[in-house]
Amino acid sequence: MRIGIPKESHEGEKRVATTPEAAGKLQKLGFTVAVETGAGAASDYSDEAYQAVGVEIIGDTKTLYDTSDIVLKVRAPDLGRGEVDLLREGGNLISFIWPGQNPELLEKLAARKASVLAMDMVPRISRAQKLDALSSMANIAGYRAVVEAAHEFGRFFTGQITAAGKVPPAKVFIIGVGVAGLSAIGAASGMGAIVRASDTRPEVKDQVKSLGAEFVEVDYQEEGTGVGGYAKVMSEGYQKAQREMYAKQAKDVDIIITTALIPGRPAPRLITAEMVESMKPGSVIVDLAAEQGGNCELTVPNQVVVRHGVTLIGYTDLPSRLARQSSNLYSTNLLRMVEELCKTKDGIIDINMEDEVIRGATVIKEGSITYPPPPPKLSAAPAKPAAAAVLAAPKKEGLKLPPQVKSGLLLALAALAVYGIGVGAPANFMEHLTVFVLACFVGYMVIWNVTPALHTPLMSVTNAISSIIAIGALIQISAPGNKMLTALAALAMVLTSVNMIGGFWVTQRMLRMFRK
Amino acid sequence: MSVGLVTISYIVATILFIKSLGGLSNPESSRQGNYFGIAGMAIAILATVFGPQVIGTGSVITIMICMAVGGSVGIYAAVKVKMTEMPELVALMHSLVGLAAVLVGYATYIDTNTSFVGAEKTIHEVEIFVGVLIGAVTFSGSLIAFGKLAGKISGKPLLLPARHFLNLALLVGSIVLGKWFLNVEDINVGLIPLMSMTVLALLFGIHMVMAIGGADMPVVVSMLNSYSGWAAAATGFMLSNDLLIVTGALVGSSGAILSYIMCRAMNRHFLSVIAGGFGTEGGTPAAAGSAEPLGEVQPISAADTAELLKEARHVIIVPGYGMAVAQAQHTVFEITKVLRDQGIEVRFGIHPVAGRMPGHMNVLLAEARVPYDIVMEMDEINEDFPNTDVAMIIGANDIVNPAAQDDPNSPIAGMPVLEVWKAKTSIVMKRSMASGYAGVDNPLFYKDNNRMLFGDAKKMLEEVLGHLKG
Repeated sequence: MRIGIPKESHEGEKRVATTPEAAGKLQKLGFTVAVETGAGAASDYSDEAYQAVGVEIIGDTKTLYDTSDIVLKVRAPDLGRGEVDLLREGGNLISFIWPGQNPELLEKLAARKASVLAMDMVPRISRAQKLDALSSMANIAGYRAVVEAAHEFGRFFTGQITAAGKVPPAKVFIIGVGVAGLSAIGAASGMGAIVRASDTRPEVKDQVKSLGAEFVEVDYQEEGTGVGGYAKVMSEGYQKAQREMYAKQAKDVDIIITTALIPGRPAPRLITAEMVESMKPGSVIVDLAAEQGGNCELTVPNQVVVRHGVTLIGYTDLPSRLARQSSNLYSTNLLRMVEELCKTKDGIIDINMEDEVIRGATVIKEGSITYPPPPPKLSAAPAKPAAAAVLAAPKKEGLKLPPQVKSGLLLALAALAVYGIGVGAPANFMEHLTVFVLACFVGYMVIWNVTPALHTPLMSVTNAISSIIAIGALIQISAPGNKMLTALAALAMVLTSVNMIGGFWVTQRMLRMFRK
Repeated sequence: MSVGLVTISYIVATILFIKSLGGLSNPESSRQGNYFGIAGMAIAILATVFGPQVIGTGSVITIMICMAVGGSVGIYAAVKVKMTEMPELVALMHSLVGLAAVLVGYATYIDTNTSFVGAEKTIHEVEIFVGVLIGAVTFSGSLIAFGKLAGKISGKPLLLPARHFLNLALLVGSIVLGKWFLNVEDINVGLIPLMSMTVLALLFGIHMVMAIGGADMPVVVSMLNSYSGWAAAATGFMLSNDLLIVTGALVGSSGAILSYIMCRAMNRHFLSVIAGGFGTEGGTPAAAGSAEPLGEVQPISAADTAELLKEARHVIIVPGYGMAVAQAQHTVFEITKVLRDQGIEVRFGIHPVAGRMPGHMNVLLAEARVPYDIVMEMDEINEDFPNTDVAMIIGANDIVNPAAQDDPNSPIAGMPVLEVWKAKTSIVMKRSMASGYAGVDNPLFYKDNNRMLFGDAKKMLEEVLGHLKG
C-alpha cells in the first residue's frame, strides 16, 4: 500500500507526520511512501533528505491524496480548507482527530467511507505506550513551556552570588503532574529553579520527588485518580482547600505552569484573577490548557498578554515550536501504529477491531463511526494491592515458637547429646571426636575466607581432597587372605584415583584461567 | 617407614590441605593453594603405601595399576570437560567418592583382621553403618544430580504423593536395620541388614534429588559436596584414621557453608530446599493469580542494542544459566573488549546462585578471559545500578526479578536480587517469554525502561558485536 504525507495546512504548524528516518522504516515494512514537496521544510527536513531514503516527492497536494492509500497527518483535517474532500473515497487516515470536540469532522470523514485512526484516542495501557503520541507531545510541551517562561521572565532561574550582588533562584510552581508537568519539572529544575508541584493524584508524589521537586499537598482527604490514570473532578470541599493552597503559592512563586486537564471536559479553572493580581510584578504564567479553555481565568489562547503586571502565555502550539523534535517523536509513534496495523510486514494494513489498542484508536471503520470505544479494561496505574500485603502477614503465624525458645531448645538437645556421648563412648572414640570437631571449626574458619568467585574451584578441589578415602582402600588392599576384600579395595582405589587426579587437574585448569 | 613417620606425614598432609583451602581466598594465591593440595595428597598416599599397613610388592603393584587406570580416566575427563559442564563433572565425581566410601565400608566390615569388643565394637559397627549410609546417599543423589544437570533427567521436581512420609519411612527402616545389624554376630548374616540399608539409602538419595528443582541445583551440588566429605570423615572413624577425619571434616564443612550461602542467596531455608520442590509451601496459588496480567514487553533489535551500548557510559552485564547453555561467554567478552576500548565502563554482576553450581559464572567468564577485577558480587554492585546506563541480562530470570522485593506473595519474595531495573535501561536477552526455573513471571520484562532482545543468546550477541564493530 502507498502512504502519503501531505504538508500540514494549518497556519503556523511546523511539524511533519513522518521524518526521512521513519519513512525509511515504513518502506521496510513493505509500504511505498510519498511526501508532498516542502512538507518537512519547517522542521528542517529537506525534500532531498526524503529522496535520499527513496521517498517520492509529489508537488501537488491533490495528486498526493489521490494516489495514497493511507494518509499520515499531524493535525486533524481542516474542514475550512476542504481537506476532508481531498481524502480518497474509502481511504485511510491516521492523525490527531479529537473526535469528542469535532463531531462534524467525524460525520464528514464517515461520508468519505474512510477508515480513520485517531492518535489522540490510543488507550493508555502499557502496551500502547510506544504509540502514545499525546505523551510524546505533552513531554515536549512541558519542556517548551519552561523555555517560554524563561524567555518572558526577567531573571535567572538559578540562584547565583556574583560580584554584582546576590541573585535569588526563581520559584516555579507546576500544577498537574502528568507527562507535561513532569517534563516541565525536569526542565525547570535542570535550569536551577526551585520547583514545587501539586496534583490531585497522590501517587505522583514519588515521581515529583524523584525529579528533585517538592510536592505540595492539599490539606484534604480525597483520592483523585480516575479511569486510565487521568485525573477526575474533585469534590467541593477539596476544591476549596485546593484554591486556598493555590492562593498561598501564587503570592510566593515567580512562575506558574498549569497543565491540569480532565478528559472530555473543559479545563478546570484553578487560577483566579485575584490570584494573578496577588503575584509579584514580572511573574509569568504558562497555561498549557489554553486550548481547552485555560486553567487561568485571564488566559487568552494563542497569545501572550500582560495582566496586573503578570505575563500570561497561552500558546496552544508548544510542540510545534519545537518542530524537529516533535516531528521526530510523532513520526516514531505513527510508525509504531503502522507496525501494529501491519503485523505481517507485507505492506498491507489490517484494522483488527479485536485488538484493544487498535479498537481504541479507530474512530471510523470503513465509513461507520465507532467512536466512542468501550471503556478501557485495565487502568494504567491499578490501585495498590494493599490488601494482599495484609493478607500475607497473618498466614505465617500459628505454631511458631519465639526464636529464643527455639534456639534454647536446640542448645539443650545438643547438650544432652554431648553428655550422652561423653558418658557412653570409649576413650579412643573421644580422641577421634576431638579431632573431628576441631577440624570442623578449622574448616568453618577457612572456608568463609574463600572468595565467591572461586566457589567452583573450591568445590572441585574439596572433591579432589575428599578422595583421601583412598587411604582406607590402601590399608585394606593388602589385608591377607581375603580376595573379596582386595577386590573391593582395588575398585575403591580406581574410583578415588579418578577423583583425586581428575579433580586436581581440572582445578588447576580452572585456576589458570583467572586473570586480572 | 615407621608408624611415627606415617603419623607425621599425615599431619603435614593435613596442614597442606588446610593451606590449600585457605589459598582459595583470592585468585592470586589460588594456584599455589592447589599445589599445596596436590602435595598433601601425594604425601598422604606415599606415606600410606610405604607405611606398615601395606605389605608386599604385590600390593604396591596393584595400587599402581589401580591409580594408573583411575588417574588416566580422571585426566581424560579433566582435559575434555567444557567449562559449561563443570557442574556435571563435579556431581559425577561426588558420586565416585560416595561409591568408594560404600566399598571401603563393606571392606572394613568383612575384614576379619581387626576385632573389637563391647562398646568399641558397637561404635565401630555404627561407624560402618553410618559411613555406608552417607556414601550410598551421596552416590545415588550425585548420579541423579548429574542426570538433571546434563539434561538426561527432567529438571522439574518430581513430587511423589506423601513424599515426606516416604522419606520418614526410609529413615525408620534404616534405623530398624541398623539395630538388627548391631545385634548380629556373624558377618555373613550381618551383610543382609547392611545391604538392605544400602538399597534404602540409594533409594533415599534418588528420591531426595529427584524432588529438587533445577534452580535449587547449586544447593544440591554443594550439599552433595558436603556429604562426600562427611562420608570420608565416617570412613576415618571406622578406620581410626585421623587424616581421613580431618580431611572429611574440612570438605564436609566447606560443602555445608556453600549450601548455606546458596540458601541465603535464595532466601530459602535449607530444609525446605531438601524437602524438595519449588513453591510447595502454601500461598503459591495466590502468587500465581497476582502475577498474571502485566502488559506487554517491548522488543528491541540487535542493532538498537548496539546503539544503546555505544551511547552508554556505565554498563553492567548480568549473566545467568542461559549464557552457559548458549556458550556465549566468549562473545560476551568480545563485546566487553570493544566497549572498554571505547572508554565505556563495563562490569559484571554475579548473583550467588546464577548458574547451576556455586561460582559457575565466574568460571565461565574466567574461561573467556574476562579479568576477574571487573567481575563483581551482588552486594558489591547492587547499589551502582542507579548510575548505570545499560544493564544487560543474558539468560537470567529469577535472580533479577523485582517481585522478590515488591510482591510479598511471590514464591521468591525476600530473595536477594540484582536490582537491574534501577538502571536507566535494562535489556533482557531471552529465548522466549517462558518463565524461569522458579516458574514465576517476571515483572521486570514489562517495565517501561526494559527492552527484550529475543533469540539465542550467542547468535544475538554476535549480531550485537557485529553492529558494534561495524
